This record gives sequence, C-alpha cells and structure tokens, in this order.
Amino acid sequence: MEIFGVPLQAMMSQLLLGLVNGSFYAMLSLGLAVIFGLLNVINFSHGALYMMGAFLAFIGVTSLGLNYWVVLLVAPLLVGVFGILIEKTMLRWLYKLDHLYGLLLTFGITLLLEGVFRSFFGVSGQSIEVPEMLSGATNLGFMMLPNYRAWVVFASLGVCLATWFVIEKTKLGAYLRAGTENPKLVEAFGVNVPLMVTLTYGFGVALAGFAGVLAAPIINVTPLMGSHLIIVVFAVVVIGGMGSIMGSILTGLGLGIIEGFTRVFYPEGSEVVVFVVMVIVLMIRPAGLFGKEK
Amino acid sequence: MNKNIGYAVAFAIALAAPFVGYPVFLMKLLCFGLFACAFNLLIGYTGLLSFGHAAFFGAAGYFTGHALGAMGLPVEAGILLGVAGAALIGLVMGMLAIRRQGIYFSMITLALAQMVYFGFLRAPFTHGEDGLQGVPRGKLLGTIDLSNDITLYYVVLAIAIAGFALIVRTIRSPFGQVLKAIKENEPRAISLGYDVDRYKLMAFVLSAALAGLAGATKTLVLGFETLTDVHWSMSGLVILMTLVGGMGTLVGPILGAFIIIALENKLGDLGTWLARSTGIEWFSTLGESVGMVTGLIFIVCVLLFRRGIVGEIGAALAAAARNRKAA
Repeated sequence: MEIFGVPLQAMMSQLLLGLVNGSFYAMLSLGLAVIFGLLNVINFSHGALYMMGAFLAFIGVTSLGLNYWVVLLVAPLLVGVFGILIEKTMLRWLYKLDHLYGLLLTFGITLLLEGVFRSFFGVSGQSIEVPEMLSGATNLGFMMLPNYRAWVVFASLGVCLATWFVIEKTKLGAYLRAGTENPKLVEAFGVNVPLMVTLTYGFGVALAGFAGVLAAPIINVTPLMGSHLIIVVFAVVVIGGMGSIMGSILTGLGLGIIEGFTRVFYPEGSEVVVFVVMVIVLMIRPAGLFGKEK
Repeated sequence: MNKNIGYAVAFAIALAAPFVGYPVFLMKLLCFGLFACAFNLLIGYTGLLSFGHAAFFGAAGYFTGHALGAMGLPVEAGILLGVAGAALIGLVMGMLAIRRQGIYFSMITLALAQMVYFGFLRAPFTHGEDGLQGVPRGKLLGTIDLSNDITLYYVVLAIAIAGFALIVRTIRSPFGQVLKAIKENEPRAISLGYDVDRYKLMAFVLSAALAGLAGATKTLVLGFETLTDVHWSMSGLVILMTLVGGMGTLVGPILGAFIIIALENKLGDLGTWLARSTGIEWFSTLGESVGMVTGLIFIVCVLLFRRGIVGEIGAALAAAARNRKAA
C-alpha cells in the first residue's frame, strides 16, 4: 500500500520517529515552561542536562553494570540534584536582574558541562543497549513497531500528562500556579516560595535528564547532543508560547510529527522545518499558538 | 580631553603594532573587535540580546569569499557584497524577531541563525564541511597589492576605525538617543510617539551590516571561511567578548575581543606552562578545552562582574570622584 507514492511502511516508521522526537521536544519544552513560569529564567543548560542524563545512563550501564530500570530512576534524580545545586549556588543571585543574565549564565553552564564531558569522553558517540524486555519489534500488520521506541513515546507521554495533572489539578500545583502569578502574595500566605523555586528547577531539569536516559539507547550519546536539540526546543517554545502546560506538550508532539512527515516527502527540509514553522507562526500569530499577548 | 589622549595613544599603538606583533593575528583582533562593537550596538545601546550574530558574521564571510574566489570580483565589490548580504539577512531576521520581546527575541534570533547555519551547510557554493579555501586578497583600487601583510594591516585598521567611528556617531546621534530611551523604558518611548519597532529594526540591520563588515574583512585577511563562523558558538563568543569588556561601553567590546581571542590562541601554551610548573598533567589538555574555559568565564562574569572590565573601571572612577567631592 502506498500514500502519495511513499510505501506505508516507510511512512509509518518515519512518523513513529517523528513521534519519538516529538516526545523529547514535549518533555524539554514542558520543563522550560515550568521553570520559566516560576523563575523567569530561560534555562539554556536544559540541553546540556539532557546530555548529562544520557551520559549518566551510559556510565551506569557500562561502567557500573546497573540495570536500565535502575538508571532510568537514578539518573534523572542525580540530574535534578545537580540542578538544585546550580539553583542554590548561582541562579539564585540573578532573579532580581534582567532575564537575559539568566540566559547568559545557563549558556555558560552549558559550555562548561559540554567541555567537561568532552574532556572525559571525547567527541565520538557512545551508546547503550536496549533493555532486553523492550528489544525486538511487534508486528502490527501494517508495520513493524520497535518496542523500545513505543516505550519512549509511552513513557514520555505518561510523564508529561502526570506533570500536567499535578500542576493543573492538585493543591501543590495550585501553589505553583499562584507562585507564577504573584510570588510575594503566596509567600505572605506562609508558603515557602524559595524552596518551591528550588524544587521546581530541580524537577524541570530532572525531566531533561529523564529524556536523556530514554534517548540513550536509540541515539548517539555525545557531549554535543544537547546543543542542537535545545535550539530546536527554543523554536518549539516560541511556536507554542510558554503560557500553558498542555500547550507545550501538544506543540512538542505536533512539531515532531511534522518533522517526521517532512523527512518522508522532503528529507533535506527536515532539519529546518521546525524553524520554518516558527517563522510562519511569528508572521501570523506573534504571541505563539498558546501564548497570551503581553 | 582625557579621552582624546587615550584615543591618540591607542591610535599610535595601532599604527606601530604590525612591526612588533604578528600582523595576521593583529588583523584578526581588529576584525573581532569590530564584530563585538557591532554586537554591542544592540545589547548595550538598544537592550536587545541577539543570539544569532554569527549568522551575519559568517554569511558575509562566505559571500565575500565566494565573490573574491569563485566569481573573481575586485576586493571592494567583494566586501560590499558581503556587507549587503549580511544586512539583507539582518533585515529579514530583524523583522521576524522584533515581533516578540525580551527573552523570546533572543530565542528567535538563535533559532533563525541556526536555520542560516543549515543553509550554509547545504548550499553548494560553501563546500559544506570543507569551507572556502584559498580566497585571494587581490589589489585595492586595482593598484595596491594586498598580499603584503603590513599593507593589508593598514587597510584593515582603516576599515575597523571607520566602523567604530560609525558606531560612535550613531550612538551620539538623536537616533542613538532614541535607542537608549527604548532600552531604558520601552513603553515610555512608545507613549512619546516613537515608532519603536522601526527604530529597533534599523538598529538591528545596522548592527548586522557592521558584523558583516567584520566577517567580510576577516575572510579577506585569513583567506578561508568555514562553518565555525556561522555556528551558534560564535554567537556565544561575541556575547562573551562584549560581556567581558563591558556591555554599553564604547571601547569595552574591543578590549573583550582582544582578551578572548588572545586567550583562545594562547590557551594551549598556557596549559603546557601550567602543566610543567604545577606537575598536574591534566592542564596540558587545556588547549582543547576552549569551550570549558569560555563557559567558566561566562559564569564568573555574570555572577561577579556584570559591568565588564571597562564598566567596572568606569564605576570605580565615578565612585572615587564622588568621594573626592564629599571630602
């Protein structure tokens, strides 16, 4: 069976790849949005922390002989703790200043982290094995579905939706949303806002670390893997606007799928299609799809 | 008065420099100094943080390299073509980016510059990963042979001074005052009736064109152009130069550019020296870890001295003057 001269099998596998990339975009832009909401900092180091998650997974599995599932839990936690350290020692001093200093500081952290990992692991790629439980593929009749990729999409969506639920539907989330709106007032009600800020940053970067671990078995783990991704995710954030959690998730997934389609019909354009969409959105709806005009 | 003496001394040093230092290295310093000043026009005097200035710097380098090499155009036309190309890219990028404010502006410029990067990576005339090689220097006005390093040095010095003078003139003009007003308080500038977006766009295009002039000149000097110049890390580097020297100061970016470029070139030597004198073998790899060191400088600058070297000196002088008045 063919659609527009493209075999269905090829089309579906590119679409799945797009969905996998889209779930990474969704997880990273979600983290950026949550952090920006409360801290007013655009976290450039998100990409580097995603890379760190992947490398921690690599170290855990190959050097320490840990199980994939243990790593999947521990590596994001470590990345989160590292994020908390960054927030406590450095970011904290910049909240009262212009937003651009937060961007510059986290850009510096990115360069530093990439440099450190580069001096230990070089620029060539590493990789870890797909866990046994998820290796192989399932025949769906019209395509072969690689189990691990299906798991990536499933796990990312699960984490994204759980985050959405916590922020939009629970009391903790209500504090968080109130803190985004007016931190001083929330503090006056006896909520420990500085602690909330620290934990939010830790959680946001732990999401990036989680994405990194998920990605480790299916992509080349290199010190520079985060940089290109973070630029694309910035474009995703510009397209979606950072006002809404669900908006970030949907934009991320949608752009991944658009990228997948582009790879089928016009492979040369797949690297830039997200940026092209950004240009179109800027022309038609400058505030972003889910953003509020300020 | 003091300032004029300072400029005169700097000019005298610049005139004598090629007889003391290595001319090609000095020319590289001048190009990056101009690049940082062009960037500073936006961040320091208009309050816009562009994260995509590598696009203009590198694009102009490629256009000029192609014009001089493959097309065989004369030097003047080559540089002009590079500057015009950078200004055009700046116009398109600026029109899109100023539709959003603050931090979004930075993200948009970064994303658009990445798009430009892929454009140059794939375009056939850039030769992809290999870059442009063997760009001829040619003859200025058809008579002055530029293959001599000393001759070329004075041409580059003239270009850099002209660019710097244009920036100073812009900042001190009524146009520059409006830019400053936009930086200090955009809503108020709007309420005073200024078409803020138009001013921002003009500043953006001017900055892009001057960054292009720096990139075009750099290709002429070095005779090659590679993807490094359009990569996002170059956009980061020019931010760092400006930050180290002092955002919003006239000469700060030049000083910052000199420091960062010198550091980049000498880091290997420094590492070897440190390894030998401390006995810690790790230092000898310092030359390959430029990114790590620049990252560290970034962090230190943002946390501890945001005004940069020239800015801090200026603040210290102002404080001393206040104390004298009080005493």
